[in-house]
Amino acid sequence: MFDYSMADMGNIMVMQGFSGLSMFTVLLLMALGLAIIFGQMGVINMAHGEFMTIGAYTTVMLSKVAATYGFVNYYFLVAIVLAFILAFALGYFVEYIMIRHLYKRPLDTLLATWGLSLVMQQAFRSSFGAKEVSAELPEWMLGSFKPTPDIDIPINGVFVMVLALLVTAGVYMFMYRSRWGLRVRATVQNRVMAGAVGINTKKVDRITFALGCGIAGIAGAAFTTIASTGPTTGTLYIVDSFMVVVFGGAASLMGTIASAFGIAQAQSILQFFMTSSMGKVSTLLVIVGILMMKPEGLFASKLRK
Amino acid sequence: MNASLNKLVGGKQGAIGLALLAALIFIILPLGVDIFRLNLVGKYLTYAFVAVSLVLLWGNGGILSLGQGIFFGLGGYGMAMFMKLEASDPISTKIQTTPGIPDFMDWNQITELPWFWHPFESLPLTILAILVIPALFAYLIGFAMFKRRVGGVYFAIITQAIALILSILIVGQQGYTGGVNGITDLKTMLGWDTRTDSAKYILYYVNGALLIGAILLSKYILNSKFGMLLLAMRDKEERVRFSGYDVSNFKIFIFCVAAMISAVGGAMFTLQVGFMSPSFVGIVPSIEMVIFCAVGGRMSLIGAVYGTLLVNYGKTVFSETYPELWLFLMGGLFIAVVMFFPNGLAGIYDKYAKRFKFLRKFSDTQPAEKVKATPVSDIKEMGVKA
Repeated sequence: MFDYSMADMGNIMVMQGFSGLSMFTVLLLMALGLAIIFGQMGVINMAHGEFMTIGAYTTVMLSKVAATYGFVNYYFLVAIVLAFILAFALGYFVEYIMIRHLYKRPLDTLLATWGLSLVMQQAFRSSFGAKEVSAELPEWMLGSFKPTPDIDIPINGVFVMVLALLVTAGVYMFMYRSRWGLRVRATVQNRVMAGAVGINTKKVDRITFALGCGIAGIAGAAFTTIASTGPTTGTLYIVDSFMVVVFGGAASLMGTIASAFGIAQAQSILQFFMTSSMGKVSTLLVIVGILMMKPEGLFASKLRK
Repeated sequence: MNASLNKLVGGKQGAIGLALLAALIFIILPLGVDIFRLNLVGKYLTYAFVAVSLVLLWGNGGILSLGQGIFFGLGGYGMAMFMKLEASDPISTKIQTTPGIPDFMDWNQITELPWFWHPFESLPLTILAILVIPALFAYLIGFAMFKRRVGGVYFAIITQAIALILSILIVGQQGYTGGVNGITDLKTMLGWDTRTDSAKYILYYVNGALLIGAILLSKYILNSKFGMLLLAMRDKEERVRFSGYDVSNFKIFIFCVAAMISAVGGAMFTLQVGFMSPSFVGIVPSIEMVIFCAVGGRMSLIGAVYGTLLVNYGKTVFSETYPELWLFLMGGLFIAVVMFFPNGLAGIYDKYAKRFKFLRKFSDTQPAEKVKATPVSDIKEMGVKA
């Protein structure tokens, strides 16, 4: 790893760092949804990756429609909204049918949602085929700009990052600056008391779960700009995004952002110097090691339970 | 029946349930199906080791490990390494650049046997390794987690991550582990050809006997005072701790026992099937084994075996005829079992056995175990305790 000159090293760092940033955005969007569901409700949603895949397929399908009717340049913004709405609606439905019966058995939720993820994967395979599909990117998203001749920064990456930051800001506003967020936090802190002061805690649960799923849908839309979508795309990210949530300390928005950044960057930079599998293994090993020493995660709220 | 025997089989009811299972494994199946199918049943029964270990760990201990594939894999790879070394003697590998090392190492330009392969040249050391390495590994994980009072979903997620790490590692380190294909072409053990029909019969019976042994050991553990404590820890961990018991040590112990039982299953898998690959280590197999256990009944050791056989039979039938439908069915099974039958087949059986008095004596779920599945008084308690 020392055969590179200093200038090369610098360029590698910037470019790998940037490819890490695209991964960071997907991980962050995935983890935000998970952090809301897991951190606030204590529910493990193993089908979270499939909600992301819903968003991704929505975007791909819309891009096909857009290509035939010639509005390729604008469809992406519609796709983001549509991906959110579809994933939100399905999340709402799943909570109503399944999750709400299992709140007292978190381990069982984990198994039931795993079953849901199998069903959803097969549904994707049956309806969209086993082959990976990719969206037609609008022209303004293609290409890259070069601050120096040796550095390439793809525009789609920048776009996705801006999107992720906007969504994060939106989640922050929702959780800490809105009436709904207040109700969600009150329900987490003391469910019985929250119910007593007139908060419909069941409705809060449903909206929270659906919102987490909706954000996963946005993650899916973002995902289509950097990779192609297949039926099992979601499962590739599920463990990573759980690690992000746990590592950052559940229920901490800052922690989620920081740990998504750290994990994505570490993987991306290590993968350049080692084989891609060893890069992933060493990152995960470090996380598991740290979690064993500090199980509450990096940014845990200092609360005595 | 004297007291210790009673403890071992769990009274008259337990004895009858066990006898029925033994009759199915040792008499009915060998007589009823041909050797090809029987070998398949033998393969399923190796998964039943893991399902039994999960009854101990998850059903009774309330510790959901999504990484039992790790231990199944460690046991399986231990046996595979021994058999591979035997298959790669200098004479049969003389066309390689370096004769005497496994073929996949030669393909990956490795010229010397790695140090960690050397112990697997001897069978006693291999058997020791199959039992000790998974237990040590489980001890390390358990010590780090349970001493810090990490439990519930955190434990599940972290064991799952470890299963992922191990499977990526095995796939990535092709030269040392055989990569994604695993360790293949295993035909002999100490010169004994394991691919003949008679060998398959012998291995099937050894496997069945070991499985019954594992069930007896688990029954002994569950019927002892330790088993009572395990249940108590599952339902009210704090209270057990306040009564002066060191909860973490009990958890570490049961995790190690479960790891060893799973590893024996893995070793028997390699012997009967003739290969071992990372597809039995990672996340998907680990969680599938949980569903075997859940379908059979997470509280019933014998139910877990039936659950394993049933799910795998279904998988074989459906993936041959309607591969499209299988994942729907498997997913639906996960959801249905969790939502409607948390005690699995054994639970359904117990419920209906009550109506027919004469059936009741076949049940192996003891009255003391009839607790609602994993009751958690408060979701928050499942997480990390500061």
